[in-house]
Amino acid sequence: MNAHNVPRLVRALALAGAALIALVALAACGADPEPTATPVPPQATATPVPTATPTSPPPTATPTPRPTPTPEPQAPDGPVLPATVTDFEGNEVVVDDVSRIVSLNGDVTEVVFALGLGDNLVAVDTSATYPAEALQLPKIGYQRSLSAEGILAMSPTVVIGNTNAGPPPVLAQIRATGVPVVIVDTASTLDGAARKIRTVAQALGVSHVGEELASTLESEIDEVKSLSAGAQERPTAVFLYMRGLDALFLIGQDHVSHELFEASGAVSGAVAAGVTEGYIPLTAESLAAADPDCIVVLTAGLQSVGGREGLVNLPGVGQTAAAEEGCILDFDDQYFAGGGPRTGQVLMELLRAFHPDLAPGG
Amino acid sequence: MMASLGARALTRLRALQQVAGRRADAPRLTSSTLLAIMLALFVAVLFANVGMGAVEIPPAQALAVLLSHAGLDVGVDFDARTDAIFWNIRLPRVVLGMLVGGSLGIAGAALQGVFRNPLAEPAIIGVSSGAAVGAVGAIVLGFSIFNVHGVAVAAFFCGLLATAVVYGVARVYGQTAVTTLILAGIAVNATAGAFIGLFIFIADDDQLRSITFWTLGHVGGATWPVVVSVFPFFLVGFLLLPLWARSLNLLTLGDREARHMGVSTERVRVGVIVLSALLTGAAVSVSGIISFVGLVVPHVIRLTVGPDHRFLLPASILGGAITLLLADLVARTVVVPAELPLGVVTAMIGGPFFLWLVHRTRRSWGGME
Repeated sequence: MNAHNVPRLVRALALAGAALIALVALAACGADPEPTATPVPPQATATPVPTATPTSPPPTATPTPRPTPTPEPQAPDGPVLPATVTDFEGNEVVVDDVSRIVSLNGDVTEVVFALGLGDNLVAVDTSATYPAEALQLPKIGYQRSLSAEGILAMSPTVVIGNTNAGPPPVLAQIRATGVPVVIVDTASTLDGAARKIRTVAQALGVSHVGEELASTLESEIDEVKSLSAGAQERPTAVFLYMRGLDALFLIGQDHVSHELFEASGAVSGAVAAGVTEGYIPLTAESLAAADPDCIVVLTAGLQSVGGREGLVNLPGVGQTAAAEEGCILDFDDQYFAGGGPRTGQVLMELLRAFHPDLAPGG
Repeated sequence: MMASLGARALTRLRALQQVAGRRADAPRLTSSTLLAIMLALFVAVLFANVGMGAVEIPPAQALAVLLSHAGLDVGVDFDARTDAIFWNIRLPRVVLGMLVGGSLGIAGAALQGVFRNPLAEPAIIGVSSGAAVGAVGAIVLGFSIFNVHGVAVAAFFCGLLATAVVYGVARVYGQTAVTTLILAGIAVNATAGAFIGLFIFIADDDQLRSITFWTLGHVGGATWPVVVSVFPFFLVGFLLLPLWARSLNLLTLGDREARHMGVSTERVRVGVIVLSALLTGAAVSVSGIISFVGLVVPHVIRLTVGPDHRFLLPASILGGAITLLLADLVARTVVVPAELPLGVVTAMIGGPFFLWLVHRTRRSWGGME
């Protein structure tokens, strides 16, 4: 036995690896599923429109072949189709039928309902919690672990979601069947909400409705901002994320909560605590550093630590001004951090809590 | 002379390797009967997998789609959607499932032979945990050369690297001892576990979701390019591993005895380890971690026809493919239109099955024997 076997093994492994790289590279270049078409099935990639042959129609909604689509701007109610949109991933997507929509994420589902197209939704993911009607719809699984065939079984005419939807090969598989897939920005920022509404609306051919909704939202946000600008003193607010007593976090400045606090006339406690991004474990010390006058939590999180009483009994929480003043606010996850059409309402609620004197009617 | 030695090795094998606890002389199926049963089962499972799913595709249309890709028009009409679902989604998935299952099966069988250890499975040489470090690291650090394939490439290389470390550490004076290999494997697995833990710690919410998805195993993202890119590794493993069957039989007598009979034990070990690492690395990189297939499938075959590697190795390919296809069928049909993670299904079936196996062994062999 000589000692040359080790290098041989390593060499063999390296060679094999190099071969895989080459192959994967080939595969990636040759058949990148996104903008260019997969070379395999000539039929499937030819047209992005679900072509229905008379012999085997999909279970419902045979996309009736539209004779030269007539975009009529003077019909403000129905969707104007076909709609062309450049989505967040840079793909130009043409949508020519919105009769059967599958939404891949809870926030997009909320926007679709707000645009008045809730009746056209045929399936949503398990993160869709608002409005209540969304809970009645068939579930395609969780937004990050979707399956292509399950979605296609709903015979969608358009699939729409945000960048959380995946895994990516599944979206590519759906595109390969000719069903248009629109991916919008996840947009968990203040100005992202209106942008998301506009993109979703444009993709579904209801730009006029989306414009109205988005500008209403923008004026709501502006209203709160201008009201809070007159604040003499700014309370400090923190957003705590909780999943039971073992998972308590103080959320940092890159979260949408930071922007919400600033816009509604509060100082984000994350700044004082030095949490620029991500989160830190919630300890008595980190909380003391933040020194909050108000604590904002998610309703589900509050329940997981035993409600308000449980929260106040956590180390350090009872000593804060927030606990003494009773300024503890809880919101639904989708409502507070979803970056949806209700963001203006969230801001107004925050303003009312931080500056009762500045809020209208307060 | 050789034949009688071979026969002695087989008898010894039966006595040594029977975790299932059957006596060597107990009635069992002949290998041809089992092969026939497995082939029938395989065809049945294959048809079920191709034919069933969230979208209903009548057999005639499925056949028509298949033939249309071979350039034949059989006069059965189908729409583009049916074609796309059948040809682009379901078929690559079934083919990938077959390949992944087969590779885990044969790698498990060969490693159990070379380690003379019934508990050996692909994880023992560090390849799965190494691959997991690669994948999780790629997800968290955002390493994404080749677009979406970055995770797969990282998983493959780290898997092979971990195996190289296990082998390199265990090797002394040009030789490896089985015990040292196993210990090195345990150490590498533990280290890999620490790295995975570290990556999970620094991962954000989104990355955690992706990590969970990856570690639970899946073949749902299969596309033809993916299948084609890993196929050569599977092919090489499937063709070459069975060539060591006789050596593996002799190896059960012990290293020294096998060497006296002309087996170059170190070469067998290197060969089996390299090929198993390639097979498992390729499988894990495209499908995530799918547990228990490599452990349970060889045992079931040994239980029914005995431990002769000449049959065991090829049969484990078939057995692994059947098991994985069955598990995937369950995974994608029970919660339509959503899907269960594949690794959850295999472990949920494999775990209790293995418990039963252990229980059986205890009963008939009286515990530690």
